[in-house]
Amino acid sequence: MAAMLQRDEWKAFSDFLALGAAGLLVVVGLILALAGEDRVIAFHGCILLGAAGLSFLYMLTQIIEKKEPHDATSYADGVIRAGVIATVFWGLAGFLIGDVIAWQLAFPVLNLDLPWTNFGRLRPVHTSAVIFAFGGNALIATSFYVVQRTCRARLAGKWSPWFVFWGYQLFIVLAATGYVLGVTQSKEYAEPEWYVDLWLTAVWVVYFLVFVATIAKRREPHIYVANWFYLAFIVTVAMLHIVNNLAVPISLVGTKSYIIYSGVQDAMTQWWYGHNAVGFFLTAGFLGMMYYFVPKRAERPIYSYRLSVVHFWSLIFIYIWAGPHHLHYTALPDWAQTLGMTFSIILWMPSWGGMINGLMTLSGAWDKLRTDPVIRMLIVAVAFYGMSTFEGPLMSIKSVNALSHYTDWTIGHVHSGALGWVAYITFGALYCLVPWLWHRKALYSQRLVEWHFWISTLGIVLYITSMWVSGILQGLMWRAYDSLGFLEYSFVETVEAMHPFYVIRAAGGLLFLIGALLMTYNLWRTARGDEPVDARDQPAVAAAPEFRPGEYTAPAE
Amino acid sequence: MAKKDGDTGDAGTTGHEWDGIQELNKPLPKWWLYTFYACIIWAIGYWIVYPAWPLVSSYSKGVLGYSQREKVSEDLEAAQADKSTFRDKIASADLATIQADPELLNFAMAGGAAAFGDNCAPCHGRGAQGAFGYPNLRDDVWLWGGSLDAIHQTISHGIRAEDPTTRNSQMPAFGKLGMLKPDQVSDVAEYVLSLSGNAGDDAAAKRGQVIFAANCAMCHGAEGKGNQALGAPNLSDELWLYGGDKATVVETITNSRGGMMPAWTGRLDPATIKELAIYVHSLGGGQ
Repeated sequence: MAAMLQRDEWKAFSDFLALGAAGLLVVVGLILALAGEDRVIAFHGCILLGAAGLSFLYMLTQIIEKKEPHDATSYADGVIRAGVIATVFWGLAGFLIGDVIAWQLAFPVLNLDLPWTNFGRLRPVHTSAVIFAFGGNALIATSFYVVQRTCRARLAGKWSPWFVFWGYQLFIVLAATGYVLGVTQSKEYAEPEWYVDLWLTAVWVVYFLVFVATIAKRREPHIYVANWFYLAFIVTVAMLHIVNNLAVPISLVGTKSYIIYSGVQDAMTQWWYGHNAVGFFLTAGFLGMMYYFVPKRAERPIYSYRLSVVHFWSLIFIYIWAGPHHLHYTALPDWAQTLGMTFSIILWMPSWGGMINGLMTLSGAWDKLRTDPVIRMLIVAVAFYGMSTFEGPLMSIKSVNALSHYTDWTIGHVHSGALGWVAYITFGALYCLVPWLWHRKALYSQRLVEWHFWISTLGIVLYITSMWVSGILQGLMWRAYDSLGFLEYSFVETVEAMHPFYVIRAAGGLLFLIGALLMTYNLWRTARGDEPVDARDQPAVAAAPEFRPGEYTAPAE
Repeated sequence: MAKKDGDTGDAGTTGHEWDGIQELNKPLPKWWLYTFYACIIWAIGYWIVYPAWPLVSSYSKGVLGYSQREKVSEDLEAAQADKSTFRDKIASADLATIQADPELLNFAMAGGAAAFGDNCAPCHGRGAQGAFGYPNLRDDVWLWGGSLDAIHQTISHGIRAEDPTTRNSQMPAFGKLGMLKPDQVSDVAEYVLSLSGNAGDDAAAKRGQVIFAANCAMCHGAEGKGNQALGAPNLSDELWLYGGDKATVVETITNSRGGMMPAWTGRLDPATIKELAIYVHSLGGGQ
């Protein structure tokens, strides 16, 4: 009885805290909206006011009606379903804008001569939409799914997981609208201004607490490897985000701020952040995804536990050193360049440890590559991961970098990782998750997954190969000298030479977008509960756990 | 799942299971481990040879004594030394001498083309064909003169640039300043168009001729042939920098024009400016 009372008191206290926080944000939003020194922060104040006001009212009605989540002892899947929808939505938005700016590069008239549609403003919208909105939502949703199942524990917190979800969407909206309206601190992949950074920090700390608290109350004796990677991702991204965004705003009600670093220190901090965003957001996080969905879908054990331990710790230790390879042949001191390059080479095998564990998990079940396009997508993702993590160290070698740096080769490299690895592993996870989360017997159509796979693979191949050719051509043209020692080509001639490759790249991006639209249609039909057209072709694991005969399903709590 | 398949190789599992997922206890792949070691050994070797580790007040210099800054200055000096034979001669010779010496001319043309591509092409076009508001440098129409010296002067000091000896002139904004009424502007535009045989309204052109004589002729000349000393364009040819239709000419007279070109002295070294002058002069319109 006493324990019950305490529990109730605790619940009331947490409700009070959540309401208080929402109320506080309403006030902050109001202040920014009314006292904002520029129109963008006033606009953002209005958005904050609306979002905080709505959540305040929603929580209030829930508390007054004494509503509890449907079944507090089962897994918290509602927030994951929301995360899946957000992942698909932001994915489509990010791919679409990416393809638009690809066409802009091929045909500059498509900039439309408007500030809001200019390449310079849309490019960060694309990168943030695909990395943070699409990738971030995929990571949050899958980490919430995986941590509950592998810990046999319900997600910690009543409001907190939903705060993480909606708070993260608010971050995305504030960041993206800021870019389009011209607000940026001009740090690549860290464009949002100080107040948006602060908001993300708050969201991220709650995300960390929810994740750790769920692990803490686990009912499995050991922590599964996927959770190590997710946790490394959450902790390191928090550190990177905070350190790289230390800034002094010129006014507490204005958008503009100044970063506390300057010169080469600023550049080094930025690329320490930038490269580890790749390492911990796009690699460690998605390896967490890989470590759950590949063995789950393949129904095979992980290839080597020992390899996962060694490659986890070596990856974590070594990645953090690799950033200076973005600043070869700049004002960065020689010694820092050396460390960046050599640690990038040492990083090759730790990266490949994840690839080996992913690929070899399929041993004894290679036939599934032929019969199950979802597992094919997951495995091709791992193959692309292996390819980009070989190409990366190669490009970090100074003499290779002298040719590749500042060229489209870099863009191609990034996209072999982004499209091939990050997006494919996410697509594979989404194809698994939607029938599982919406309690369906199978995906609506496996044949559509086949179409998605082949169309988007063709798109990726066009993208990467055109950027390889374009990048190397560009690098060679820049360094070509005539017999008298003069540059052979002017810059504008090298730009002109890129045109056909830009068209091919944009066409590849269009194919990738079409594939994603097919996926959206397929997932929507699945979630809606339409009768699958080819359920018999699909593996048993495609169905939600309750439809798998004899399946062991871990109950929560 | 895996348990049912029974195929766990000879390694067996670790004995744990999470949501049906197990792990085999296989050893690290040998090729993986040895490649990892090889990369580490290679890195240690690299650290010995090159600058690598920060120390208290300095850093480990490496046995080769390599320094990127020294290397780049050496490379730049070597590149300049390679060119110095011709470069020094071009710096000291006058333009006509350079043009007359085949070797120097060859060198100046190569240098001029390279400098043109990265400095002039953004406005004048890669082929020097010009664009709206930016003169074509291939024809024989020159605002400020097409002789070697005139071109050299223009490149060195610019047009309406921040340079005490820049080329400067300003046509008044006749309409905006109220010096001419709109119908007068229209009439004088008709007259200007008639100079190149494009009159549409003879009566208006006649009226415009009087206005022209009073307002325009002092710079553009009585017959509108222009004056290169003032940068006043020839209005009697068919070539127009801003367009030769009636509406554009009216706009020009109403609001005036005044393109700007930077002074390249200080941005480019004197030899490069000479090379550019020779290159531009050679494009087809040099006088």
